[in-house]
Amino acid sequence: MGERAEKTQSKDTVKKMATRDAYGEALVELGRAREDIVVLDADLSGSTKTKKFGKEFPNRFFNLGVSEQDLIGTASGLSLTGKLPFASTFAVFETGRAWEQIRQTVCYSNLNVKLVATHSGITVGEDGASHQAVEDVALMRVLPNMTVIVPADGNETKQVIYAVAKHNGPVYVRLGRSKVPQVMPEDYSFKIGKAHTFHLGKDATIIAMGIMVASALEASETLKGNGLDVGVINMSTVKPLDADSVLRAAEKSSLIVTAEEHSIIGGLGSAVSEFLSEHHPARIVRIGIKDDFGCSGPSPELLRLYGLTSENIVKIIKESLNK
Amino acid sequence: MKNSDVKADIESLRKKAKTLRVEILKMLTEAGSGHTGGSLSAADIVTALFFHKMRHDPSNPKWPERDRFVLSKGHAAPVLYGTLALAGYFDKKLLGTLRKIGSPLQGHPCSWKLPGIEISTGSLGQGLSVANGMALGLKLDHLPSRVYCLLGDGEIQEGQVWEAAMTASHYKLDNLCAIIDNNGLQIDGHCCDVMYIEPIVKKWEAFGWHVLDINGHDMGAVVRALDEAESVKNMPTMIVARTIKGKGVSFFEGKAEYHGIAPTSEELENALKELV
Repeated sequence: MGERAEKTQSKDTVKKMATRDAYGEALVELGRAREDIVVLDADLSGSTKTKKFGKEFPNRFFNLGVSEQDLIGTASGLSLTGKLPFASTFAVFETGRAWEQIRQTVCYSNLNVKLVATHSGITVGEDGASHQAVEDVALMRVLPNMTVIVPADGNETKQVIYAVAKHNGPVYVRLGRSKVPQVMPEDYSFKIGKAHTFHLGKDATIIAMGIMVASALEASETLKGNGLDVGVINMSTVKPLDADSVLRAAEKSSLIVTAEEHSIIGGLGSAVSEFLSEHHPARIVRIGIKDDFGCSGPSPELLRLYGLTSENIVKIIKESLNK
Repeated sequence: MKNSDVKADIESLRKKAKTLRVEILKMLTEAGSGHTGGSLSAADIVTALFFHKMRHDPSNPKWPERDRFVLSKGHAAPVLYGTLALAGYFDKKLLGTLRKIGSPLQGHPCSWKLPGIEISTGSLGQGLSVANGMALGLKLDHLPSRVYCLLGDGEIQEGQVWEAAMTASHYKLDNLCAIIDNNGLQIDGHCCDVMYIEPIVKKWEAFGWHVLDINGHDMGAVVRALDEAESVKNMPTMIVARTIKGKGVSFFEGKAEYHGIAPTSEELENALKELV
């Protein structure tokens, strides 16, 4: 492992790993197994962790410099010669600066290009709003042919990277900067388009993605102490949405709560709302960034400021259920 | 090739370009809309590529060792459609369906609807990056194939073109040859009035490219430039082809207004008189 993961599994010192570190390791392993894997970056390879791949496979690593649009185009060209490109930079630049290249070149022609962006959401921290993508899932979800995946922890990230390498077509994988606890069970097996239901709650079920899965699980535990049965689903594939899992939750729970480190406009909350409003109208509360930009600060403080904590999830669920 | 053979080859390419121009005008008139000027200005270049320079097989469009062509100025789709039809990629009758519902001949090229289209284009400035990626991939596989990319002169106002210009020279893509169809006009008028693009040659030289400055309607010059590009090592080649928008039809030549409109039936009739 690159950045040493802590070995203890007790509640206070749960194993932590940044999803970007898991990506860096998975890429190297994939590179050893497959000759067709090529990796591209736009001058952020130290941060996105693609540098490890570049070090081991310099001939299959292309740094495009500070030019995200060219990054996407070059990755597209490589895919057209039968290579499997992984193109990485920060989420805000990959999906924002190069959105039209992703639309016109990657998605319209349904190219086998994997876009793996790191530094998503407000947990970028001190760099502030300019570097904090809270719209990326919305931007990618709207594109035809695109698959959108947001892993919850390091282990899931590795599985996601192996899975998307076998999948044919454009994929956007959203990763983060900060270390996050391992939340998925040891025997968990990721499948594109399949959510993981920890359990369904009679009172509410929280449908979460990314780092909010850990907060949702914590909130569910707290609420259990208050006599409330609140379930949790890790909706790591935001597109295609696992409609069956959403439907089962809506059938069982009085309230559906979505939780995302992303704008409540266009992201997971929207995807769940769109589906349920047409197929099983339900009471929904969306937790996320409320039509706002991020700002500078240490990431735990930012999560508190924007209400992306288990405490706030608890509060909102209690209020919504009048408890 | 003996001198007399070269001359015969050039002469047959000239004839082919004339046939191509006729097909372009016919399909655009039938469609009732589309980009006339920039299709005609590129006709000689695209003819030289597909009928002289490029190794390709219309019966096997995905042949791994083929040379690739990227039409970065995707609005000149008619010049590519006409060329592909004349080369035998598909039935010429399809040209009459251009821009119509259900047609594989979309207003701008769509790679999965028509054989011979390497990549969908239409939004300007994106093709050169894709061509670079192809050139890198071919080098990784040690294939001798070359990549050709045709850009418009107005198109080089897009910033991404210059990102790609740096990439091609940084990675020493000598299996890449780009061509600028320098007809001097864009939708809103003369390129030099809308956004000054000169000195084109010096700009590309400064970006580390081998640059050739030619008359893009002199078939002999086009052929010689493409041949020379193939011999250049360790750097990409840019052919700045000085052309005339609407070339071949006197009343379309040099007119910005014919950038994005199709000929009327009457204009077609008069145009064919000049060409045939």
